Amino acid sequence: MTPTREEQHWMYRNMVTSRRFEETIAGIYFEGKTPVFNMANGPIPGEMHLSDGQEPVAVGVCAHLNSDDVVTATHRPHHQAIAKGVDLDKMAAEIFGKKTGLSGGRGGHMHIFDADVNFACSGIIAQGMGPAIGAALSRKMQNKPGVAVAFVGEGAVNQGGWHEAMNLAAVWNLPFVCVIEDNAWGISVSKEASTAVTNNADRAAAYGIPGKRIEGNDPFAIYDAAGEAISRARAGEGPTLLEIETYRLAGHFMGDAEGYRPEGEKDALFEKDPIPKMRAKMLADDAATEAELDAIEAESAARVEAAIKFARESEEPAPEDALTAVFA
Amino acid sequence: MNKPNERKLTIARAMAEAMQQEMKIDPSVFVMGEDIGALGGVYGNTRGLLDEFGSERVRDTPISETAFIGAAVGAAQDGMRPVVELMFVDFFGVCFDAIYNLMAKNIYFSGGNFKVPMVLMTSTGGGYSDAGQHSQCVYGTFAHLPGMKVVAPSNAYDAKGLMTAAMRDDSPVVYMYHKSLQGMGWLGTEAGATVHVPEESYTVEIGKAKVVREGSDVTIVSLGMGVHNALKAAAKLEAQGVSAEVVDLVSLVPLDRESIRASVAKTGRLIVVDEDYMSYGVSGEIIATVTEHDISVLKAAPKRIAFPDVPIPFSRVMEQHCLPNPDKIVAAWNDIKAA
Repeated sequence: MTPTREEQHWMYRNMVTSRRFEETIAGIYFEGKTPVFNMANGPIPGEMHLSDGQEPVAVGVCAHLNSDDVVTATHRPHHQAIAKGVDLDKMAAEIFGKKTGLSGGRGGHMHIFDADVNFACSGIIAQGMGPAIGAALSRKMQNKPGVAVAFVGEGAVNQGGWHEAMNLAAVWNLPFVCVIEDNAWGISVSKEASTAVTNNADRAAAYGIPGKRIEGNDPFAIYDAAGEAISRARAGEGPTLLEIETYRLAGHFMGDAEGYRPEGEKDALFEKDPIPKMRAKMLADDAATEAELDAIEAESAARVEAAIKFARESEEPAPEDALTAVFA
Repeated sequence: MNKPNERKLTIARAMAEAMQQEMKIDPSVFVMGEDIGALGGVYGNTRGLLDEFGSERVRDTPISETAFIGAAVGAAQDGMRPVVELMFVDFFGVCFDAIYNLMAKNIYFSGGNFKVPMVLMTSTGGGYSDAGQHSQCVYGTFAHLPGMKVVAPSNAYDAKGLMTAAMRDDSPVVYMYHKSLQGMGWLGTEAGATVHVPEESYTVEIGKAKVVREGSDVTIVSLGMGVHNALKAAAKLEAQGVSAEVVDLVSLVPLDRESIRASVAKTGRLIVVDEDYMSYGVSGEIIATVTEHDISVLKAAPKRIAFPDVPIPFSRVMEQHCLPNPDKIVAAWNDIKAA
């Protein structure tokens, strides 16, 4: 299947918004952290895992989802959150640790939770799998519409919990899709060095479910494969495993010197940056005019700027708020 | 607590009855775990549920604790009220991420926007030569980590009421039942755990301790199996003219510190009995609860009887040497008097 013109505009808008968001965060992140890098300093303390380059996965999948569907994400969640419709102001405020953040500053960037759009995270590798299949089970048991998607990195596929969850999803025939974002690196260890199979989609065979690898970080191919997988899930035909080749244009985290990358790899990845490629394809296909895409880019930049302004200007939480919301 | 002609239940049956009654009135409640379907749970606590509710709501799982406990978290966040069983608490080693990083933290990390109404029921305790991978209590491990309520019934009345309360709670509750109290003949059951249980549904408040025997000379604080050891010790002490008060904690989180302090303020002496390991655990917490509040109430140094800091041995004589028992409690009293 091919995205409609309207869907392509939505996809492009969300890719650009995500990239602008990450670029803006990256700029602010080093405030207060120079000349000596100290993660604890500045307006955005803590670890920061940016998703530059991985936007096609988020939009190609989330184009098929609505707010009722459930998504679990990882320690690198911004692109998925934006594509799932998480409130950008509150997400930015959460990343700044502000009172107006999604969870009042208790979670930060690795723990983005938005109940309004059924979005949750875990900073622990592969631990989004269990909650996602549980949500899928919940929908099946209640006979309520909705599917669950767990985004994981390719490194998560070597976790025991990933295999347990895939088996359980398959044996219970749950409305679930596991989307592996294969950015080729688990922090500094390459997929080749860590993973016994070249193609993680082959692992679907172990659970008797369909598995497909999508090459090229191509939002259109991802849209097509995800559409089929999500349609299967909605039709009650069970889970699907997708492995999507994508590119991590940033380091594992901010401050990562990336000395482990082969020389020239980063330059080659930037040549394949999916955002200018999508823009060129939409123009070539007459799916958008230059003016429309320029407008999308301007609106996305303005949207991000407003969210960051909201975050910066929001109040800090009261320190003693730390002691609340432990229990429901 | 028992009168003639009153219905008595084992803890196993009391737990099953609580689930059965709640499942009838609340379609969001379901049960999953290993061998909880046709077998009715290794410890009998889900017996009869499969026949009444079917395999959709009474789900045998693969041996995949990370997956199904993690799934319970996701189902709970999505409006269900799962009751999941971790067959032996010792098995938490394979699934603690789902427990303490997801179940216990998602309410907080969502700023309260997600609820996690689930019950994790799990068996504890030894005394039957199952050795140290199938006999631990690890109460302190769970109670130490924030975000989980923790309960441990000592009798069937509390077992039913706590289970009902746990299923109705919007926060995760770890429900730790002791194998030697379950009423499974093959485990050598403590008779005192099988008590009158009303037919109707009721709750026992989570976070409220109970004075199960009143006394004036010493307070013995315990939970689960330890309560029965404490009551037996109290009977022996009574024969010596000593009046012992026994406090059943019922819940570890929230901990009813007020009831502990009130009892010790009255008796002036404290013995804590805990089948979990001695160091860094429940027994130290109970003593700190008293001493950091008002050390002047104590007429003597407090004593604790807990499992020594060794893995639980297989050999009967070695295991029994390590476990708390009534004689050790009486000996602790004698030490207090001799001091």
